[in-house]
Amino acid sequence: MPANVETAIRKFIAHSFMYREGVDSLKDTDSLLDKGLIDSTGVLELVFFVESTFGVKVNDDEVLPENLDSIERIASLIQRKLAASPATCVA
Amino acid sequence: MRVEEFMSAGAARFEAKAALVVGDTRLSFGELDALANQCGRALRRIGVRRGDRVVAFCDNSVEAVVGIFGALKAGAVFSPVNPTTKPDKLAFILNNCRASAIITQQKQLGTVGEAAAHAPTLRGILVAGDDAAVAKSVCGGVPMFPALAAEEQTAPDDPGIDIDLAMVIYTSGSTGFPKGVMMTHQNIVHAATSITTYLENTPDDIVLSVVPLSFDYGLYQVLMSVKIGMTLVLEKSFAFPQAVLNRLAAVKATGFPLVPTIAALILQNQTIKPGMFPHLRYITNTAAALPPAHILRLAEMFPTTRIYSMYGVTECKRCTYLPPEQLRQRTASVGKAIPNSEAWIVDDKGGPVAPGVVGELVIRGGHVMKGYWENPEATDKALRPGGLPWEKVLYTGDLFRMDDEGYLYFVARKDDIIKTRGEKVSPKEVENVIYQIPGVAEAAVIGVPDAILGMAIKAVVVLVEGAELGEREIIRHCAANLEDFMVPKSVEFRRELPKTGSGKIRRSEVQAEATGTPVVPGS
Repeated sequence: MPANVETAIRKFIAHSFMYREGVDSLKDTDSLLDKGLIDSTGVLELVFFVESTFGVKVNDDEVLPENLDSIERIASLIQRKLAASPATCVA
Repeated sequence: MRVEEFMSAGAARFEAKAALVVGDTRLSFGELDALANQCGRALRRIGVRRGDRVVAFCDNSVEAVVGIFGALKAGAVFSPVNPTTKPDKLAFILNNCRASAIITQQKQLGTVGEAAAHAPTLRGILVAGDDAAVAKSVCGGVPMFPALAAEEQTAPDDPGIDIDLAMVIYTSGSTGFPKGVMMTHQNIVHAATSITTYLENTPDDIVLSVVPLSFDYGLYQVLMSVKIGMTLVLEKSFAFPQAVLNRLAAVKATGFPLVPTIAALILQNQTIKPGMFPHLRYITNTAAALPPAHILRLAEMFPTTRIYSMYGVTECKRCTYLPPEQLRQRTASVGKAIPNSEAWIVDDKGGPVAPGVVGELVIRGGHVMKGYWENPEATDKALRPGGLPWEKVLYTGDLFRMDDEGYLYFVARKDDIIKTRGEKVSPKEVENVIYQIPGVAEAAVIGVPDAILGMAIKAVVVLVEGAELGEREIIRHCAANLEDFMVPKSVEFRRELPKTGSGKIRRSEVQAEATGTPVVPGS
């Protein structure tokens, strides 16, 4: 399961943001902000992706760099959410 | 008065008070002034002379603030450039203003290195960052803070007088090439004095700004904070609105400058409850008009905060503001001329128009630019003779109307510049980049209405026969060559574009289709 979540996030980021900026490599711990990959609309797209793909709800007060600014952090947020409501995963 | 005197006067009056907070770094007025003095000396050491141009190519950071004031202390003219600018355009700017030095950050060195190789006037590059070896690896870069530490903390001699240029700030032009707006120290002092007067700023204010320093609205947050003795909290972006709102509460900010995109994101946030920010004395909006519905909802969300609707152009910094007590009666208005300036509306012959009649807004005052850098043709269009024999007034290029009591309402731009995310985009500049792609036959770049961005950039493209290009290839090419805000969000492919009898693409017609507005005759 963890590998699947991270793979799905990586695929989404590569498809939505990396091709735009010509970024070819991204470590799981790299900051998406520092890499220039996301702006405010990018964050909205990211939240929509997480909610629609994994069937979890990301509250406004959770839309923070500590939850969403790297592949590792996004995966960790999703896993915490899924652990709280395991039946809702649609990925 | 010269602008860098804001800093030395602030240091004398408020020495230990916090002037600038960026992340965990907190600098007092005394510390900031000493660093700016050292930066001025370091710039002189690398050969910057009075009147030379110094480009600040940084995100919102300590080095940007120190670099801007350091350039002024050296007697130089600063030019703040958007940190997402790509090498070709940076090289254009460096060459256009014949920059002597650039102040930048380690993460920008790839772009700076490419641009600097084509900028023969550059004498030095100051690089902020942890790794001195990396700084030195690009065109003789000098690690910035170690170089500053080696200098005396007193100001360099003879920076100049107040009619000298202080800034050349580039703005999008409808020709596709940016124009450098020339501002003297007098211009900036005039604008900063006027704005801080109507905002009623005091040294007790704490301003939190996410607006880039490369945009005059963000830059003036620095200049005005230092002038008044306020504390400025700089954030690098608004990508995570909740993080900024948490910071706003934590630092007890009293002032919060917005653009409509930030306002739209705040209004979407479900966690904000009226009364959560009791310390927030004022919110300002400029760059593009806020929809009246957003203004009213902001007023509900921030019931104890004064909301200022403002309007400006880079050529005079700020034109008008609406006194907050007028907000409910005249929600769509951007008010009247800022203090110690005048604004009126003229017809095609330059004569004043009656209330309700649409015409071009004209501005008169000490904040009006001196012209576009080495561009007399564009200057003559914007600055035209005023009522007094020796003066020039600014034709803004924006269409307005006025109500019976003289309050002003923005109607439209006269040119085809698109406002997205509060930034100005020249469709021609984006089209020029798209035409570089082999396989593109025709392109028209337009703005399509977007709830968050105001307008989203869209490219409508015709391919040469047999060419195989997709949306991703076009967006990727644009992202590699344009600032982030100029990159199209979408691409539509068509078999042909509407044209005039002489074969010129009728962009206005494509634009009108997208917004559902009638085509303006002759456009």
